[in-house]
Amino acid sequence: MNRYPLWKYLLVGISLILAIVYSLPNVFGESPAVQISTSKNHVQIDTGLLERVEEGLKQEGITYDAIYLDASGIKVRFANPDTQIKAKDVLGQMLGSDYVIALNLLSESPGWLTSIGALPMYLGLDLRGGVHFLLEVDMNAALTQAAERYVGDFRSAFRKDKISYQGISREGQTVLIRFTSAEEIAKAERIINRDFPDLTIKETVNGGETIVAASLSPVAQKRIQDFALKQNIQTLHNRINELGVAEPIIQQQGANRVVVQLPGVQDTAKAKEILGRTATLEIRMVDEEKSDAVTLENAAKGQVPFGTEFFVDRNGQPLLVKKSVVLTGDYITDAGPGLDQQSGGSVVHVTLDGRGAGIFKQVTRENVGKRMAILLIERGEAEVITAPVIREEIGGGRVQISGMANIKEATDVALLLRAGALAAPMDIIEERTVGPSMGEENIKRGMDSVLWGFAAIAIFMIAYYMLFGTVSVLALGINLLLLVAILSMLQATLTLPGLAAVALTLGMAIDANVLINERIREELRNGNTPQASIHAGYSRAWDTILDSNVTTLIAGLALFMFGSGPVKGFAVVHVLGILTSMFSAVMVSRAIVNGIYGYRRKLTKLSIG
Amino acid sequence: MEFFRIKKDIPFMSYGRLTTAISLVTFILAVFFLATRGLHLGVDFTGGTMMEVSYPEPAKIAEIRTAVQSVGLSDVTVQNFGTSRDVLIRLPVKEGVTTAQLSEEVMAALRAADSSVVMNRVEFVGPQVGQELYENGALALLLVSIGIMLYLYFRFEWQFALAAIIANSHDVVIILGFFAFFQWEFNLTVLAAVLAVLGYSVNESVVVFDRIRENFRKMRKALPKEVIDNAITRTMSRTIITHFSTQLMVLSMLIFGGEVLHNFSLALTIGILFGIYSSVLVASPIVLFLGISRETFVSSEKKPVEEEAMP
Repeated sequence: MNRYPLWKYLLVGISLILAIVYSLPNVFGESPAVQISTSKNHVQIDTGLLERVEEGLKQEGITYDAIYLDASGIKVRFANPDTQIKAKDVLGQMLGSDYVIALNLLSESPGWLTSIGALPMYLGLDLRGGVHFLLEVDMNAALTQAAERYVGDFRSAFRKDKISYQGISREGQTVLIRFTSAEEIAKAERIINRDFPDLTIKETVNGGETIVAASLSPVAQKRIQDFALKQNIQTLHNRINELGVAEPIIQQQGANRVVVQLPGVQDTAKAKEILGRTATLEIRMVDEEKSDAVTLENAAKGQVPFGTEFFVDRNGQPLLVKKSVVLTGDYITDAGPGLDQQSGGSVVHVTLDGRGAGIFKQVTRENVGKRMAILLIERGEAEVITAPVIREEIGGGRVQISGMANIKEATDVALLLRAGALAAPMDIIEERTVGPSMGEENIKRGMDSVLWGFAAIAIFMIAYYMLFGTVSVLALGINLLLLVAILSMLQATLTLPGLAAVALTLGMAIDANVLINERIREELRNGNTPQASIHAGYSRAWDTILDSNVTTLIAGLALFMFGSGPVKGFAVVHVLGILTSMFSAVMVSRAIVNGIYGYRRKLTKLSIG
Repeated sequence: MEFFRIKKDIPFMSYGRLTTAISLVTFILAVFFLATRGLHLGVDFTGGTMMEVSYPEPAKIAEIRTAVQSVGLSDVTVQNFGTSRDVLIRLPVKEGVTTAQLSEEVMAALRAADSSVVMNRVEFVGPQVGQELYENGALALLLVSIGIMLYLYFRFEWQFALAAIIANSHDVVIILGFFAFFQWEFNLTVLAAVLAVLGYSVNESVVVFDRIRENFRKMRKALPKEVIDNAITRTMSRTIITHFSTQLMVLSMLIFGGEVLHNFSLALTIGILFGIYSSVLVASPIVLFLGISRETFVSSEKKPVEEEAMP
């Protein structure tokens, strides 16, 4: 009665082999590496670059363990993190801004393991070090920006169709246009309805004036918000590429949030600054007609002429800049820091796309001798970086922006321009940073907990239940192996709470074997034969094991659904652990027991303590 | 080896009044401490910034405090944890300050004071996120309770479902009471432990309930009280051995797991101890009190349709 059919032994055997194979990569571990890739289309990553990298590292006397080229770029493996960081700096200087150079961890397991998809467990940020950010997009700002754009659009549309109005302004997210003539209102509304279908119009009469209030329809609001979020995620991708992070995670969460995880990032201050910055570039004309001393003086006191804005540039020069924007940062395809050949000052070289280049060429042709202001807009505040006089028509879309304080600023501004602007400002509403040494420490803590706990349970179980205890411990060990294998296969993120869940799940999984062993003892005590006792013990305990595990599973699933961060990490492992424990504690241990006792004809005694 | 070879059933149910009284007292005490002292919520729930830094030499707390305050923060807690070289700094939520930058400023101030400082961990949670995590935690707790009750209702009887949930909520409240009394920090990891305890301790009740059900079928002449006593006595050995094994693991976490897992393991330890007690001495008396008999099982198993017809 205690014999398994062949397929059950096979099932246990095969799952055991699979578990061993897929757990193996964790034994080999990972070593520090540098990964070279590119986000640019025209840059090739090929064997030529591979040779350059090899040559460059040799020149600097940096030794590496391995170097190879694959689909995602060039990877160089090092013996320790120190050489890795040194190599990153050297390569960064050597290759320039066309390449993204990121720190990474590479599996050291042999090729055949990697080729069957056996990878080490994916460690969470608290185990490998890094930063986790939760960013919230300021949707109100996105809508306000949209309304602001409509103000400009209306002005030009009305000008084109010669509609006269008293004034146009923005209040919150509504655009208000004041009219005195009903005829003009009708014309204006026709245009708005025709050209701006996203807006809904409402009229209110105020004294002699009629105010037409145009606001975004709910559908349009939703679309603008979705767009803002997508655009921000895209921008974050670009910026993080610039930062050089090997396996960043950038995910939308909910309607207005973005999760960013940067494993291995050490300079968190830099990361925060780059992620949070909302800088965008605007090129506008200086209003030369109103740039006389008196107007400027009055403007400084707050009497700003209509259609202009007052600024003081970096040299302390007052300026009146037109509100209408010639070009925005959207037309920029590339930007890089540099030095001006004549003055030696720091500059940013900007390359515009075809459309931008066309607009720029036309504007410069029409405005020779006038000044053009270049504004950097950050968190709603605009700053005139420089306002050079246009000497001649500039074609070809290559623009040099002078006026940078130093090369560092030039680099930062270039990075921001290149990576694109955020559609709406974002705030960091949650941050969890773990230093790299802390990560290693956490791994050690988690592993120690599991191993010592396991050892203690093993000693106790073997002493208490003898051979059956040994079988239970074997089953528990196989449970651990299965759990590690499944976590590796799924590449589920393992965190410190996850490691705690491994420990706890093992501690709870032994329950099934205790239940079985106690049942067998009880059956023996009731005078049953050893074979019958084994059979009854397993079959009677099964109901209880199932019930008790299902309730634990319910708790685990709820944790998974509603938990976030550490709780989720715990829940994933917990749930998987419960599932593997049902298999190992019942089927695997039964297979072993059957193998030991099932084929004995005359069994008079069980070694169960 | 065998620790528990009990020949006669222990009359647990006769102590029903006593054990219920003990439970009631601990429960009321726990609620009292929760109400008066409240939980010492971590930044996960309150929002704020928590920084963990370490120094190669034993840290000078007073100097660190001055350095942190130089950033313009009052109401800062600076304390040692684990070893004398590790320092935990807590910064409250401050209106109008981009809080994510705050930790960088503090770190800069600390570096200025002593360049050997190493940043180990920073956790910043915005007040709004804290509130959400709190609500989600409460929701998870509620859903776990409902889910378990439903399952027990389908597998057993409503008396068991109700008894199990009362007994195990009692465990949860007592864990929270301990955290309130000692003012241990309650964070997301501890919440995970509490929910795990809920699952674990129901597991415990289920084992006893299973036996009760089985006994009702086998012990045809026995009174419900005797049936329950027998079930508890028969499962006692398993209860103690299982909990002992789990506790070995938790103890190992308490010793080796470091600061992050410390409160987690504490919550589990309390949960395991009270879990044994409650499932044996709280859940079962409630089942008895709610009234079960052999008929409860026999009728529901053999004639489910008729049972529906007869109230």
